[in-house]
Amino acid sequence: MTEVAAPRAAARAARRRRPLLRFVVRRLAAAVATLFVVSILIFAGTEVLPGDAASAVLGRTATPEQLAEMQELMGLDRPAHERYLDWLGGVLTGDLGNSAAGYAAGGETPIWDDIAPRVGNSLVLAGVTALLMVPLALVLGVLAAVRAGRTVDHAISVGSLAIISLPEFIIGSLLILLFFSWLDVLPPVSLVPPGESALSRPEALVLPVLTLLGASLAASIRMVRAGMLEALNAEYVTMARLNGFRERVVVARYALRNALAPSVQVFAQNIQYLVGGIVVTEYLFSYPGLGKELVDAVAIRDVREVQSVALLVAGVYVLLNIVADVLVVLLVPKLRTQS
Amino acid sequence: MSGRLRFARTPTGAVGLALLVVLVGVALLGPLFAPHPPDEPVGVPLTGPAEGAPFGTDFLGRDVLSRALWGGRSVLALAGLATLLAYAGGILVGLVAGYSRSLLDPLLMRAADVMLSFPAILFLLVLVTGAGTSKTVLVVGVALVQMPLVARIIRAATLEQSVRGFVEAAVARGESTAAILRREILPNILGPIMADAGLRFTYAIILVASVNFLGLGLQPPAADWALIISENRNGLTLNPYVILLPAALIGLLTIAVNLVGDSIARTLGISTARRRLVR
Repeated sequence: MTEVAAPRAAARAARRRRPLLRFVVRRLAAAVATLFVVSILIFAGTEVLPGDAASAVLGRTATPEQLAEMQELMGLDRPAHERYLDWLGGVLTGDLGNSAAGYAAGGETPIWDDIAPRVGNSLVLAGVTALLMVPLALVLGVLAAVRAGRTVDHAISVGSLAIISLPEFIIGSLLILLFFSWLDVLPPVSLVPPGESALSRPEALVLPVLTLLGASLAASIRMVRAGMLEALNAEYVTMARLNGFRERVVVARYALRNALAPSVQVFAQNIQYLVGGIVVTEYLFSYPGLGKELVDAVAIRDVREVQSVALLVAGVYVLLNIVADVLVVLLVPKLRTQS
Repeated sequence: MSGRLRFARTPTGAVGLALLVVLVGVALLGPLFAPHPPDEPVGVPLTGPAEGAPFGTDFLGRDVLSRALWGGRSVLALAGLATLLAYAGGILVGLVAGYSRSLLDPLLMRAADVMLSFPAILFLLVLVTGAGTSKTVLVVGVALVQMPLVARIIRAATLEQSVRGFVEAAVARGESTAAILRREILPNILGPIMADAGLRFTYAIILVASVNFLGLGLQPPAADWALIISENRNGLTLNPYVILLPAALIGLLTIAVNLVGDSIARTLGISTARRRLVR
């Protein structure tokens, strides 16, 4: 007994010494529980009308015999809880199932084969946007805060409030009108040939990235400005000024450093937002990514593919949330000892 | 000017309100001024501005101006209905969760957390896959997405009010819970409700328009600003106005609503910069 208990006690002591590890473990456990509930919601939401997936494949002209045969082939004749466990087990072991489009074509096409090349394209689009968003938001947010109440601040604040209100497809449509119809320098659709990286087609990336950047950048700027204003009004900043430090030093070393932690959370939130915004943006530019694939799957009611892609996207979303929380705890020492 | 309209004296509030009045006017009264029916061809498809069609024709040869004048009603109606529904559900859930002091509170709030743990557009796509494309699905879906956010705010405000003296006095008088919620608590949490309404309505418009744009909401031949942009995407080289006009109308509408909402929140003394961006 003691041989077993001793390492356990040691592990418990180690956890107590490392609150950050405990925090991460707890957040991961909560995330697994959340995703489990989300998977049930996704499954229940998409299978409100049972058997419909088979008729969606065959069309309206199918005979009852054909329908029954297709239902058996797609596994739709089994009870819902069995199908759910089958799907979940498959997702956990890396088998996302076969797409309905494949059945419609007369064969079995694994969903993963359909989406694998598109995952990379979506990551490139979101990644480039995120890489541009963070420095731009910091520079413009700090600029607006330092010049609070002046023309630059008003321009940045009103501009970001306007852009934040616009749906992605409006920003994108206006960009297409400007850069394609009027200036004729960029393509209105972003075609990336299969097997090629989106990075090798920079001209195809510019407008989708600008579209995604619009809303997320505007939101980030507003929050960086608010955090920076708060820091600039703090007593330690007044103290630094009274000590005779130059304004640039006060802003960079005192205010900005303290405004950074809340900003990290803001950036994470907006990178999370990219996960949702990418769906509409990819559809607008016919960009071959996961979002476009999802919309196409919904349009032809490919239930299994929608379920798998939706769970995948939800997983990324939840994971980003944890990464953000951990980063904030790392940046704010005070939070490490609390909770 | 009365306290209620104080926001209109701020520059952004005044500009927003003026814009909003114009756009709601266009959306509601537009059909009365449309020179042509919205669903009948009047000329060659995708021609530019011409006599009788000041903004040209769309991909089926219908008058762009007439369709744009008809296309605002659905945007306002669907988004407005979804927002009202989200508030009806959110206020109920928020009041119950904030006042119950039982297991109901954590249960309802965890449910809200789960709803907010994935992107709104993903939720709507999943719903459309299961329940099909219809106005009801669109309105209920957008309302469900917004409900948890409303509920959270209402719950926090209710918790704050529920320990106040006048609530305790009402409890001591033996008033029913429903009466306390309606007469004592609800009137005192109208501030946070008002402050957030503009933002909720903006996102409702964005979500409704986005789903319509994806072709998974209203179906042709409906005249709807988002749908017009979606179905004419390939024709923008021939007639850019077919995209420009509805895009400008949606854009100005969402900007106007958000400007008004933002200045209402500001005059109520609530900072608007840090509110969560949810789509």
